[in-house]
Amino acid sequence: MAGMAEAARLSAEIRQRERELRGLRDRLASVLAGDAAADAAHNEEDAAAFPGELPPLPAQASLSPADILRYSRQLVLPELGVRGQLLLARSSVLVVGCGGLGCPLAQYLAAAGVGRLGLVDHDVVETSNLHRQVLHGEARRGLPKAISAAAALRLLNSTVQYVPYCGALSTRTALELVRQYDVVADCSDNVPTRYLVNDACVLAGKPLVSGSALRLEGQLVVYNYQGGPCYRCLFPKPPPPETVTNCADGGVLGVVPGIMGCIQALEVLKIASGMGSSFNQFMLMFDAREGRFRNIKLRPKKPDCVVCGDNPSVTCLQDYEAFCGSSATDKCRTLHLLSSKDRISVEQYKKLLDEQVPHVLLDVRPQVEVDICRLAHAVHIPLSKLEEKDEHYLEHLEKRICEEKQRTNGQTSFPVYVICKLGNDSQKAVRILQELTVKEFASVLAKDIKGGLMAWATKIDPAFPQY
Amino acid sequence: MFDGVKKHQVTLPCQPEPWDIRNLLQWIKENLLKERPELFMQGESVRPGILVLINDADWELMGELDYKLQDQDTVHFISTLHGG
Ligand SMILES: [Zn+2]
Repeated sequence: MAGMAEAARLSAEIRQRERELRGLRDRLASVLAGDAAADAAHNEEDAAAFPGELPPLPAQASLSPADILRYSRQLVLPELGVRGQLLLARSSVLVVGCGGLGCPLAQYLAAAGVGRLGLVDHDVVETSNLHRQVLHGEARRGLPKAISAAAALRLLNSTVQYVPYCGALSTRTALELVRQYDVVADCSDNVPTRYLVNDACVLAGKPLVSGSALRLEGQLVVYNYQGGPCYRCLFPKPPPPETVTNCADGGVLGVVPGIMGCIQALEVLKIASGMGSSFNQFMLMFDAREGRFRNIKLRPKKPDCVVCGDNPSVTCLQDYEAFCGSSATDKCRTLHLLSSKDRISVEQYKKLLDEQVPHVLLDVRPQVEVDICRLAHAVHIPLSKLEEKDEHYLEHLEKRICEEKQRTNGQTSFPVYVICKLGNDSQKAVRILQELTVKEFASVLAKDIKGGLMAWATKIDPAFPQY
Repeated sequence: MFDGVKKHQVTLPCQPEPWDIRNLLQWIKENLLKERPELFMQGESVRPGILVLINDADWELMGELDYKLQDQDTVHFISTLHGG
């Protein structure tokens, strides 16, 4: 009997790896062909190529001697014991996002002997991920994160089944996927995905262990578990998109999602092994700066919740990007505040510099980013100081404009070019400058530089740092 | 948003009616918010995505805007995080 189960498991594993290999070959082929269009179509193809329905995990009656040796240090815990370990071996966990939270989470779940791990991520490994996404490595840059994570985990514990899904979780795929797993861990990095995962978990009746981290803070809640609230009970309306900060814009210390991902793994293990979670109707907040954890008592499940309430209006998955007004796969939001006549490209700016056209370049990034890299001739005023109309900074800018203007014999519309990291804040700054009524600014013609310093680094000066 | 200050110890002025959260939010908007109130408020309440805690409990358990403030109460405004 045990032989049959093992054979079934091995054939499933072989089919799985063949699918992965096919995906890798296709990808390699498209990279070698240098075909940008194929790359753009990749996400769609991937979603279509998500592995189909998985066979249920076999119920193991007992632990093998190899299992006993491997898990001995946790088997002797009365809270887990053989019973708990067998429950873990029969459990499957879907990890949504193989980034800063998903890496440590998947690592501990694999090490602890969970039966099957589904690994979802639409992205590829980049150098700027490595400080926190500790399963990936320098050698796997450019590979899909789900594949990279599965490869690292297989080295750690080859007895676990790994199912990589190289694509974004979508309205079309989420419910089918969530239904095949026992517990879901939300390790994603954006608002639409959080609502999507929540609704799929409510509709499929699965517990959701949700973690998040930014800068030096983390949060964790277990939703839709034992009659407790869901994400929508707590947050019926999505936040305005302009109030949401991602890790690329706000920064994050790698160990902070590391800590939160580990606690998420702990709660998944407690749920899967039958111990039960401590964070049903509670939020754990972590302040890394102060070294403080705080437990917050939350509201119970809301009878009027649109998805988990008594008369739900959400009975199938929706368009979450439209609902939240933001994208689930964009790394950075692109604002379009200004018309094209108020903007110039980095190429145009380079030409102005080469021709020594008199102007002032205004860098509006925060001080901490200016410390990383800057263009030497730029005047620096952080956007927050412009928003406050800080007199000291504005006087400084006025002075620089006057100095430069002397080189022009009283030109009427003196150019001020505004730059930031990506070209969003610089547009806001141009708006502010256009509204200033002080006399020195009346004759100023402010424009922003599209794509900011990162466009400068990619298109003009490859030696300029990218961050 | 509050000039980078995380903690504020405030003494609210006397008023005939007892202070509730609704009054407190209005008072914060007028006295502590330095710029862009829309990042904090929407109408008379906080914007979506901010969780209010009264003495470490979800304000929904305490009556939300109608909760009557007691001496020494602690009110937290938590911005939900989405990064990972
Ligand atoms: Zn709900």
